[in-house]
Amino acid sequence: MAKTYQIAVIGDWESVMGFRALGLDTYPVTTVEEAKEKVRELAKTDCAVIYLTEQLAKDMEDVINHYKDELCPAIILIPGREGSLGIGRNNIQRSIERAVGADIL
Amino acid sequence: MANITVNPTRMELTRLKGKLRTAQRGHKLLKDKRDELMKQFLDTVREVRALRAEVEEELMTVHASFTVASALMSSEAMEQALLYPKQSVELTQTSRNIMSVNVPEYHFQTKTRSDADIYPYGFASTSGELDTAVDALGKVFQKMLKLAEIEKSAQLMAEEIEKTRRRVNALEYVMIPDTQEAIRYITMKLDENDRATTTRLMKVKDMLLREALEEQRHRDAAAMEQYQGQTS
Repeated sequence: MAKTYQIAVIGDWESVMGFRALGLDTYPVTTVEEAKEKVRELAKTDCAVIYLTEQLAKDMEDVINHYKDELCPAIILIPGREGSLGIGRNNIQRSIERAVGADIL
Repeated sequence: MANITVNPTRMELTRLKGKLRTAQRGHKLLKDKRDELMKQFLDTVREVRALRAEVEEELMTVHASFTVASALMSSEAMEQALLYPKQSVELTQTSRNIMSVNVPEYHFQTKTRSDADIYPYGFASTSGELDTAVDALGKVFQKMLKLAEIEKSAQLMAEEIEKTRRRVNALEYVMIPDTQEAIRYITMKLDENDRATTTRLMKVKDMLLREALEEQRHRDAAAMEQYQGQTS
């Protein structure tokens, strides 16, 4: 049997508490520094997917880009409680630009 | 651009011709790889965009229902209700190979079998809105996992396409023209050497002929003199 991995959710308390009911590992954080530290820490352990709220993600692009080209973990942005900031959608656009060299869609 | 530091020798020419053949073959293969990757990538990206829009929308409704629930309950009660999860998720990860890019595939298994059994709290002290919220979140979670899978795949493929594209361009615009230039240079130089040798040989032959002719004339003159001496 393959190794089992964890799924982590990082965000402000209101945004992540629901995920706890599903049995995911939630890490409520309040500051960006805390979130960065948490991501680094989780990347070292066997954590396959990290869901991160966009509110935090907008200020920690450096850390996210660092893990972008690695197979594990996958950092996926989700809208936090305040609504979507469109960062997730922008990131898709950016990866298209990166691959094609131009925005074609 | 042109790399003129090569030695104009036949051995170098053979070596460069081999290099050019390899480069052209590699170029063709990499181009094929890039095209196929691009096709797969665009399919994936379309899927990601659709799924992301869906997930974001559904998550917003989930957040809205949590907001309603927290308005109806005290935050302590809410925290208490969600503190200890009944369900746990086991995620296993395998990787799939798309054109030499390893992309993840996630398979998850929940501990509790039935969907109705996910509420980690008693119903007495919580409001019904919380049930709705947790239920909706449970539904959206499967999509979120799928999103994680394909979004990560798209990111990894984007990286690989970028790399392949660079390689194709480097071969097409630098490596192959440079080698061709060097081959042309060597061929010209060798041909020039050939011609120089031919002319030199012709010249030498000419000189030898003239010398021989001169010698013959001397001998003829000497013989003539001798003959005239005898007759007189």
